[in-house]
Amino acid sequence: MSLEYIGLKEINGPLIALDGVKDTSFEEMVDIALDDGTHRTGRVIQIEGEKAIVQVFEGTSGISLTNTHTRFEGHPMELALSKEVLGRIFDGVGRPIDGLGAIFPEQRRDINGNPINPVSRVYPRNYIRTGISSIDALMTLIRGQKLPIFSGSGLPHNELAVQIVRQAQIAADAGQEFAIVFAAMGVKNDVADYFRRSFEESGVLQRVVMFLNLSNDPIVERILTPRCALTAAEYLAFEKDMHILVVMTDMTSYAEALREFSSSKGEIPGRKGYPGYLYSDLASLYERAGMINGKKGSVTQIPILTMPNDDITHPIPDLTGYITEGQIVLDRNLDQTGIYPPIGVLPSLSRLMKDGIGEGYTRADHSDVENQLFASYAKVQDARSLASVIGEEELSDIDKKYLEFGRQFEKHFIGQGENENRSMEFTLDLGWKLLSLLPKSELDRVDTAILDQYYKAGAAEDLLKKGE
Amino acid sequence: MGSKNVIYGINGPVVTVRKTKDFSMQEMVYVGNARLVGEIIGINDQFTTIQVYEQTTGLKPGEPVFSTGAPMSVTLGPGIMTNIYDGIQRPLQKIQEECGPFIEKGLDISPIDVDKNWDVTLTVKVGDALTGGSIYATLPETSLITHKCMVPPNISGKVISVVENGKYKVNDTVVTLQDDKGEKHKLTLCQKWPIRTPRPFEKRIPIDRPLITGQRVIDSLFPIAKGGTAAIPGGFGTGKTMTQHQIAKWCDADIIIYIGCGERGNEMTDVLQEFAKLIDPKSNKPLTDRTVLIANTSNMPVAAREASIYTGITLAEYYRDMGYDVAIMADSTSRWAEALREISGRLEEMPAEEGYPAYLPSRLSAFYERAGYMNNFNGTEGSVSIIGAVSPQGGDLSEPVTQNTKRFIRCFWALDKNLAYARHYPAINWITSYSEYIPDLKDWFDKNVSPDFIRDRNEMNALLHEESKLMEIVKLIGADVLPDDQKLVIEVAKLIRVGFLQQNAFHADDTFVPIEKQLKMMEIILHLYHRAKELVTASIPISRALETGLFDKIVKMKYDIPNSKLGMFDDYNKEIDNAFDKILANAKTAS
Repeated sequence: MSLEYIGLKEINGPLIALDGVKDTSFEEMVDIALDDGTHRTGRVIQIEGEKAIVQVFEGTSGISLTNTHTRFEGHPMELALSKEVLGRIFDGVGRPIDGLGAIFPEQRRDINGNPINPVSRVYPRNYIRTGISSIDALMTLIRGQKLPIFSGSGLPHNELAVQIVRQAQIAADAGQEFAIVFAAMGVKNDVADYFRRSFEESGVLQRVVMFLNLSNDPIVERILTPRCALTAAEYLAFEKDMHILVVMTDMTSYAEALREFSSSKGEIPGRKGYPGYLYSDLASLYERAGMINGKKGSVTQIPILTMPNDDITHPIPDLTGYITEGQIVLDRNLDQTGIYPPIGVLPSLSRLMKDGIGEGYTRADHSDVENQLFASYAKVQDARSLASVIGEEELSDIDKKYLEFGRQFEKHFIGQGENENRSMEFTLDLGWKLLSLLPKSELDRVDTAILDQYYKAGAAEDLLKKGE
Repeated sequence: MGSKNVIYGINGPVVTVRKTKDFSMQEMVYVGNARLVGEIIGINDQFTTIQVYEQTTGLKPGEPVFSTGAPMSVTLGPGIMTNIYDGIQRPLQKIQEECGPFIEKGLDISPIDVDKNWDVTLTVKVGDALTGGSIYATLPETSLITHKCMVPPNISGKVISVVENGKYKVNDTVVTLQDDKGEKHKLTLCQKWPIRTPRPFEKRIPIDRPLITGQRVIDSLFPIAKGGTAAIPGGFGTGKTMTQHQIAKWCDADIIIYIGCGERGNEMTDVLQEFAKLIDPKSNKPLTDRTVLIANTSNMPVAAREASIYTGITLAEYYRDMGYDVAIMADSTSRWAEALREISGRLEEMPAEEGYPAYLPSRLSAFYERAGYMNNFNGTEGSVSIIGAVSPQGGDLSEPVTQNTKRFIRCFWALDKNLAYARHYPAINWITSYSEYIPDLKDWFDKNVSPDFIRDRNEMNALLHEESKLMEIVKLIGADVLPDDQKLVIEVAKLIRVGFLQQNAFHADDTFVPIEKQLKMMEIILHLYHRAKELVTASIPISRALETGLFDKIVKMKYDIPNSKLGMFDDYNKEIDNAFDKILANAKTAS
């Protein structure tokens, strides 16, 4: 049995320092018993000779230099796991909070995980159909991908995430089991509740593992929440052969917790006060998505982050974008014009779609439609900015056509119902219909043979009628 | 080695040992009972500071630190080619065999296969005087690369024994040398070299030939030289990695070293799988036969990320010494700079701009200066070209890494977010990019491609610049009010942008375009421009020229004319002449 240390040397924010500690290891778990009988959990984050600095998860309020008995547990932070975690709700550090008692562990895993060997990865190729036209056609989600939603406060990112979860169908080997790991970091109580209710309504609650660190929970726990969630996801995917979709919200709160914690440690800040290792830290989460050679399961991540002040160059979305394989960016203007889901198509991207679409995956013309829709919609923006200077009346005929195309594209292609689940066929045909609003000579990204096969002038008539 | 040196403090990847004089700067050490690899980065009378290349979770104070007496080194010998390493040259394939899909700690695996027999041909005989860099044996390493075993640069002497040609393993002694002092040196098929020390060479020679990449915007507008340096800055999603992949696949270097420094794991998997499938057009051998991958992905330990850049360039220099042209893709140097910042922060050094250490510029320049076209000790010529991706924070090119990099490179391919949004790839912005190599390469292009090449290139560049000025006006008042000659510039520039600069990496023919076809394409576009200009001078409305459909046809020439049928360009030329002659003739009869 390990030693108990009485009293502390120093308390600073969530950190406590102990002196005269022998035989403790880096990142070891710590149990702190207070004189009033309560226990708190902590983790060693720095060692200097016999001085150990410990971060206390639940915060240090009520702790004095004399009222503690500290015990070092001899192992790093671990999560107890078995298949029973499905359908359960845990707090940010993996303790059950649904009143159903502790998990009988089949195994315990270090929550930090080990990096996946790039040699052992399988390059993700199979798409996940979300039933949302703009995502399926233009930024296809691939199984094993990490594709974040960049949003802003007040935008319907939660609705979008729920819709994706509800409609997500794996294109190939549908026989595989499918489950969702949900990590809430610093979100409001009602947001967590919204997710829980939505999962319940769509009948997937028994396939969901929830880790909840709400906005009034301690920030130190928030740093561990995604790690617990991903450890559970890896366990289910790579030990139990399941396809796991991990929804993490809100990464901005996570990064802010990291900043708060870093500054309490007295570290030198980088950009906007975030620690210099923010990139490495975010990467240690996002990179845990993927597929592994010889394993049947997969981990797909949809992190959600709210861009402070809608600024995509803010360090959190910026560094996230450098790590993740694309992004879905929500656009406030579209939202205000009443279009749901308000996906800003141009800055959005899926890096993995190039290998997961086309012949044998979706349809042979997919990449051509995708390219052409992007290119044409980019021209819409030029026409719009010109129209805002010289007025729409003065525009050339072709620019007017682009404006019309832009309007219809946003209305029918980007916009769709919250419960509307579109097939890939429907989405791609819709893309062609909209492109037919433009003269054939404008479609310069499309292979001539495919253009002849799919381009039918006037195909958009019914859309226009529907619009009226 | 005595284990009286024990761990005192641990802070992330930084470990300290108290009061010892046993270590030297940049010495490689093993830390703790798990024997994690580390490097000495600071020594004073109180503390010796070690940067550990692996996760330090579970390390305890009091565990031993083992000295190795040698600086952080790589092993150089046959078997490097086609391999995939982490940042400190541990073979990831072997790691997978040993511990499964997740990388564990404290693995000590030889970087090159020590059990493999190589078919060695000895090129020296007893009595030969050898100096540093002399080649004493050759062996076929892959179907593309002949490995040349060279005397380490600091050794010289007479050959006193040599083995017969035959099959040997990397650690077998094949040649014994005796130096002036009578000391004997046994030479095997491999040697070690410290990663932070550049390998020496005889002298630098002037840069005079291009690294042909088959990418039109690069080769024609902003060419890079063999032995040159280039930076590709761009925000996320602008296509840095895609551009690097394209260059790695198609450039005419003999050897590619691809360093994935702090980037995505799936990207490395992609390179690994795709390169194995791709066949080099010149030799009909798989591209992997000329490629070495160094993968230190963003979730692998940060200190090894810092080392990965040096590991890569040392391997490159070794092959350069054999007389090969080596191209390094470093993706991304910003992650390397961030690793420097992170470690500097842990050492509590005084930060300079944006928290980066003050020595960032000197580290960057030291790295880029290891590129060049060299005359080696053994008389061969070889080159190391560096193409470094830069990931500026927020896509802002004024941040310290981009700015400092700009001072040490001569080719700047700035990727543009707006081009990428419009799916114009490669999204290299033709206004902000530049290449300083054009004067150096002019002679080569004159002799090997055409004396017109540089002239055509300049004319195209000028047209693009004129267009960008005109677009300022168009944005305000629309294109309709421009006079015809300016409208023509806009039409032709559009043709250049869409028909020439934009290139489809997924199209069988368009993914790589030989320099001859690039020249023909430029000529056709300019020919069309000159003929259309005749109409404008003759006051014929420009719409006549557009109605011919030739502009639309030429936009698609990159797809319609296969790389193997360059003769088709003559037909296009004729078609242009016929059409325009007709318009001119009609105009004359009408008047």
